[in-house]
Parts: sequence; C-alpha cells; structure tokens
Amino acid sequence: MSERASSITSPTETDDPPTGEQHADESATTQDSRAESDTEQEPVTTGAQSVIRALENAGVEYAFGVQGGAIMPVYDALYDSDIYHVTMAHEQGAAHAADAYGIVSGEPGICLATSGPGATNLVTGIADADMDSDPMLALTGQVPREFVGNDAFQETDTTGVTTPITKDNTFSDDPDTVGSDVSEAFALAREGRPGPTLVDLPKDVTKADTDHEPDDPKVPDTYEVQERADPEIVEQAARRIENSSKPALLLGGGVIKGEASEACREFAIEHEIPVITTMPGIGSFPEDHELSMEMAGMHGTGYANMAVTHCDTLIGIGTRFDDRLTGGIETFAPDAELIHVDIDPAEISKNIHADYPLIGDAETVVTQLAEEMETSPQATKWRAQCQQWKSDYSMAYAAPEDRPVQPEFVVEALDEATSDRAVVTTGVGQHQMWACQYWTYTEPRTWVSSHGLGTMGYGLPSAIGARIAADDDQEVVCIDGDGSFLMTLQGLSVAVRENLDITVVVLNNEYIGMVRQWQDAFFEGRHAASEYNWMPEFDKLAEAFGAQGFRIDEYDEVADTIEAAIDYDGPSVIDAHIDPQANVYPMVPSGGDNGQFALAEDQL
Amino acid sequence: MSGGLDGPAPEERPTPKGRRTAQGIRVDPEVEAQHDPRRTVISALVEHEPGVLSDVSGLFSRRQFNIESLTVGPTEDEDRARITLVVEEPDPGIEQIKKQLRKLVPVVSVQELEPDAMRRELALVKVNAMRPDRVAAVADMFDGKTVDATPETATIEITGSDQKIDSAIEAFGQFGIREISRTGTTALARGMTDTAREAPPEESAQNEPTQPQQPHADDD
Ligand SMILES: Cc1ncc(C[n+]2csc(CCOP(=O)(O)OP(=O)(O)O)c2C)c(N)n1
Repeated sequence: MSERASSITSPTETDDPPTGEQHADESATTQDSRAESDTEQEPVTTGAQSVIRALENAGVEYAFGVQGGAIMPVYDALYDSDIYHVTMAHEQGAAHAADAYGIVSGEPGICLATSGPGATNLVTGIADADMDSDPMLALTGQVPREFVGNDAFQETDTTGVTTPITKDNTFSDDPDTVGSDVSEAFALAREGRPGPTLVDLPKDVTKADTDHEPDDPKVPDTYEVQERADPEIVEQAARRIENSSKPALLLGGGVIKGEASEACREFAIEHEIPVITTMPGIGSFPEDHELSMEMAGMHGTGYANMAVTHCDTLIGIGTRFDDRLTGGIETFAPDAELIHVDIDPAEISKNIHADYPLIGDAETVVTQLAEEMETSPQATKWRAQCQQWKSDYSMAYAAPEDRPVQPEFVVEALDEATSDRAVVTTGVGQHQMWACQYWTYTEPRTWVSSHGLGTMGYGLPSAIGARIAADDDQEVVCIDGDGSFLMTLQGLSVAVRENLDITVVVLNNEYIGMVRQWQDAFFEGRHAASEYNWMPEFDKLAEAFGAQGFRIDEYDEVADTIEAAIDYDGPSVIDAHIDPQANVYPMVPSGGDNGQFALAEDQL
Repeated sequence: MSGGLDGPAPEERPTPKGRRTAQGIRVDPEVEAQHDPRRTVISALVEHEPGVLSDVSGLFSRRQFNIESLTVGPTEDEDRARITLVVEEPDPGIEQIKKQLRKLVPVVSVQELEPDAMRRELALVKVNAMRPDRVAAVADMFDGKTVDATPETATIEITGSDQKIDSAIEAFGQFGIREISRTGTTALARGMTDTAREAPPEESAQNEPTQPQQPHADDD
C-alpha cells in the first residue's frame, strides 16, 4: 500500500500540478516532454505499445481501469510505462474516476476496460461525461477482428452502443494506425467542446507487430472550432448590455472548461452585473461575492430564480439551457434578450432563442465583449432589487432541537472545516442539492458532480479521480446519499489500497430521499420502493474495507467528528444520521415557472 | 415533512409580462412568432468510411428529427460520400439538424438546398400484366421504362421528383400493384451554386456554413 501511495503523490508534488492554469501551455509542454523522451524511448513493436506510446506522447500520467481478456495486450504494454494505473473495483468507477480527473485537471481522464461486460460497465460513466462535456478517453478491448460479428465470447458492439454517448468513437482495425487513432481520440476529447471519446481495440490488432509510431495528438481536418465570435454581433451585444437596466450573467460549465472564470469575474465586477450560475457553473464565480446570486433552476436559490426571471438582458455563457435550469421554456427569462456565448454552434437557439448568438471560446468572447464595452449599464435599482431578494428569500434553515440533525448543518460544518480549494464530489439526490446550496464555492474545478445524467453512485469513484488530479493541499470530500453510496461503495477497496485521502460523508436518511420527497409532494406520500427498513452501518462497513469509520447522531458530535475524519490521513467515512424527513427547498417542479418556486410543500 | 424556507409565497411575488414559445422564442405581443414545419433537402458531404451512415441515422432517431428520406452514394472524390436528406421540420428544427450534422466528426460539409435544386428519385413498380398495352401507355406518360416483363408481371422504372413518382404509382394502381421499391431523393444545386462541398483550405471556421449569424447561400 505505502509503496504505491508514494508514487501517487509524486506527480502532484512536482511544481507542475495538472491544474487548469496549465491548460493553455499544455501543447507546448506535451511537445517538450515528447522531444525529451524520444531519445530514451524504445521504438514500438506492437499495436498495444503504439497505444501506450500515444498516451505518453499526449502527456498522460494516470489511467483508471479493470483488466480482462481482450484488453490484456494493452495492459501488458502499460506494464512498462510510467503511466500510473489505478486498478478499480468496477468499470463504472473507472469511467467516473477518469471523468472527475478530467474535471479537476482540465485534461482528458483515461479509462480502460475489456470487451463485452467491461465495455458495457463503462457505459454509464461515458454517458455521464457526454452529458457534462467532460474530457475523457475510453479504451476498450474487443474480440479479434476475425471473430467480430460472430457473437464471440465477450463480444459487444461497443462502438454501436456508445455512438450516441460519445463525442466520437473508432473501431481501430489496423495495427499500423491504432496508436494514431488513440492520439486523435485524445485530441478530440479535449479540443473545442470537450467530451468523451472511445477507441475500440481488437485483441489481434493490439497484439500484432508494428513499428508505426503514433502521430501527434491532433484533431482531424474535418473538425473545426471557432475561437472568436463575429465582431459585429459582439458590438451589438455590448450596446445591449450598456443599455440594459436589469442585466444578469448566467455562467455555465463552459466557463470553467473554457478557463473563462477569471475573465467573467472581471467583467461582472467591472460592470457590476449580478451573477447567476447553473449547476455545472458552480465555482465559476465566488459565491461569497455580493454580486453572486448563486445557482438557479429546480433547486436553485429563490433570489437566483427571481433574478433570472426578471432580468431584461441575460448573458448566458457556456450553458446549454437544460430543462432543470429553465423549468418551463415559456416562462424562462421571458422579458430577457439573450446574449448566448457558446463554443458549440448547435447549442445556440437549441432550447432558448439567442438574440445575440456569439459562437466562440468562452474566454476569448468574454474578452472581446469586455473590450467592446464603453460604459457600464445603469442598474443601481436592479442591483438593490437583487440584494432585496437575497434577504427576502434567504437560505436560512430551521434546526429545531426536537428533530434529528439537519443535513444543511452538516454541509456547512464540512465547508467550515476545509479550505477554499477543497474539492466536493457528490452522488445524486437530496444530499447533492444540499451540497450545492449550503457549501460556499469560490473556485473553479472544486465542484465535481453528475449534472446532466444524474448518476447515483458517482460520488465515491469521482472522489478517487479528483483526489489523484487535485493538489496535495486540497481536501477531497464526497458528500453522498445512503442510496448513492450503496451503488459504488466497492470503490472503498481502491481508496484504501491506494491510500487516498478522501472523506466520505453519507447524509444518511435511510430513504432514497429525493424520491421520497417527490412521493410526498406528488404521489400522496405512497413510499413505493423508496424506504429502506434495513440499512448497513456505513462506519463499520468502512472499517471492514480498511478505511476509518465515524458516525454522527447528534448536533454536538458534528464538528469534532468532521475534524477527526478530515485529519485522518487516508479514506474515512462518516455515517451521518440526519433527519429522514428533511426536504430540499426551494423547488421548481419539472416544467414549472422559475419565478414561482415553492418554499415549502404547500406551495407546490 | 420538514425543510421549508421563509419568504414571500408565489402569489405575493411580481411576475414578468413576457412569455416564450415552446421553441424558446420570446413572444412579441405584436407579431406572435409562428413556425410551421416545412419540407427541405439537406446535403451532407461525409468521409467515405464505415459507420457514417449509422451515425447520421442514429442522430436523427435520437433527436427525433422528422426525416422523409435518406440516400447515400459515392462522389467525384473517392474519399467522400454524399448523403441527401429530405426532412420536414419548423425552421428552428432545420437549423438544429444542420448544426448537429456538422458536429459529427466524419461530416465534412452540410448545406440546405435552394427550392429550385434538382431533385430526383428512382422507383421500380411491379404491376400485374393483364393488359400490357395499357401498362405501356401509362409508363410512357411518365417517361417510364419497362425493365422486366413476364406473362404475369411488368416492372417499370420511373425517375423524377417524388411528386411525379407518387402520381405514377397512383396511375399504375388500376392494374394492381404487386411490389414497389423507391430509392429516396438525391439532389444537386443548379449551375455554379455548390451543393455541399469541402471548404477551400484558406476559409476559416468563421465562414462555417452552419453559422447562423452569417448570411450564406443555404439560408433561404
Ligand atoms: C443510477 C440511478 N438510479 C436511479 C436514480 C433515480 N433517483 C434520483 S435521486 C434518487 C434517490 C437518491 O437517494 P440517496 O442516494 O439516498 O440520496 P438522498 O436523496 O436520500 O439524499 C433516485 C433513486 C438515479 N438518479 N440514478
């Protein structure tokens, strides 16, 4: 355990942490390291070696995966490589870990699996990365070419299955080009709008002899990305913002992926424009800033939803206007002219019509807009209104003495006990919403969650990937639900084996709580398949895996237990028994009007 | 139940006056934006490689785009194939189709054709041959060619617009139709207008045909 643990920490100890700031120089760095290593690298002799060489050339340091028949030649080549492989307990976990690695580092996370069940186990994680545009490269083994189509042992049409959930995928059928296929897939995963790519590797292709070194990671000629927006529309948009009396910025996940957080902050502060975020946009703007309205949408803050509903100019950056954000389209920002900045032309006017379509890289376009602005909008009254809403719809929650511990209290205590750069990962459900609402995010790439797909079980494996990508001084906390944790807790074996410093806090309500809340609101309280009448003791379970276990039942245990768990150097699990009846508010029911969010069940 | 928050109830809050259509377009109280479906032809130049056709058809089924026909075949460049799609959607849907198609990595270029573009379809119509002379007369009317004749059946080949083929099939109906096979529409733009063609190297992404803010030949 300790041997491997030291190799885990070494790359993060170098003065070159794989953080987002490095993004822009990355190609240069990659070039350098390749030039350097060219002299020492042995020439490739097999397809599998060419695959691994392609990863090395791209600057890959880590990979997550599970062995198996059809991928064995690739693993055999990996055995000689400096790439550190984290052996996962389940391929779904490998995909989520790679996805989280991509979110935190900004560089594609790599996952590997064998053919058939290995590949299908990756599917949930690939779909998750696709929905959230996270950079990721999946390498799957496949049966030898002569068996393809014969229903051979562990044969699944992996490219067929993953076509709708990848940015691009390839069935690699030639040992001489297999390495270049991997290089290209890596480049495609990170360029433009990021996303998951997959290369399917038939076993005879990876086993075959070849002396073909892979090409440099480069997107194909047919792939074009527009960086700068049309200057005429930039000009019109700037005039519109200047003349607006109720402007609002809506920052999405694209702001973080495009490294535009800094530019957006400067723009907002310079022109004093209130800032709303989407859920993937959390961390793009400091939530403790007075201009921050925090997250809008289904469980967004009341003030964010009021601001988005009443603004007259909405500057949406790197957002795809998902239905959890917009609620009913008819009532979404109905008075607002929309300035929409996105790198993907297909997002423009897909859900909400863009009056000012600005196609381009978020940072570039925000800089263009900033340069074009001559004055700031006159919006004193609007800003005062936004502040008023912040106090009218404060997120202050009740913590009655006669009820069990409230979940919000636990989330706030965790935030208190950790640094500003701590990384939070979650499962899906009520706990995820409390983690959005009651943790104050101030830095990009510190919020790691399953947004678009809403995958229960995302929390622990993503904490593993986040831990490996994060700097040593960043704590990694997984705020999980009991139901979500049960889906992937085998990952604890990995966290213990790799001695990863992760704190899992299970907000244990002994329900799959979000479903229970909806049943109470919309199905007359009929708790079909949402109640557990028996629950494992997660602290003891953790101990059985070799992790440190803790338990919280009372308010006065919260702070000390959290401190002990955070201090523990290795994986720890707190089984936090919270109020089973606690509900998440505000809430906009599906398809509802954001401005009419409910503050309690009787308003639904 | 617990966990409610304080604050003005929904009915106590101000509400905005505006509204959007289901297509996300702000409703101008003066002119309510209406978008009826229209039928149009989209041509896509793609890499000539396995899997592209399934990528394209998968995209249409997954995004619920309404597709009337899809044809594919080689082009003057052996590395390229052309896919011709007849679709029926409101304008925002047609824009989405073009943009989503362009996003597929093996798709090189996408263009919506002008209404005057040349559109052709081929059909084979097999009818009962009880009255061969009458069958031949109807075939003549539609510039059809008899490609197979037996004592029981006659098979006629017809090319033309899909409307022409529809009318021919209707006319053959009197003899009793045994089987029909149609290819779907293929199309090219007229004269010097390009259909969907590779951008010359000096053209940057700024001149992307799928970019909505720049008027281009495909915006009709
Ligand atoms: C893989 C998966 N299956 C089912 C769901 C549907 N679902 C959404 S939230 C939820 C309840 C989650 O329960 P838990 O993890 O205990 O979190 P809680 O809501 O209690 O905080 C369920 C079942 C889902 N999102 N993902």
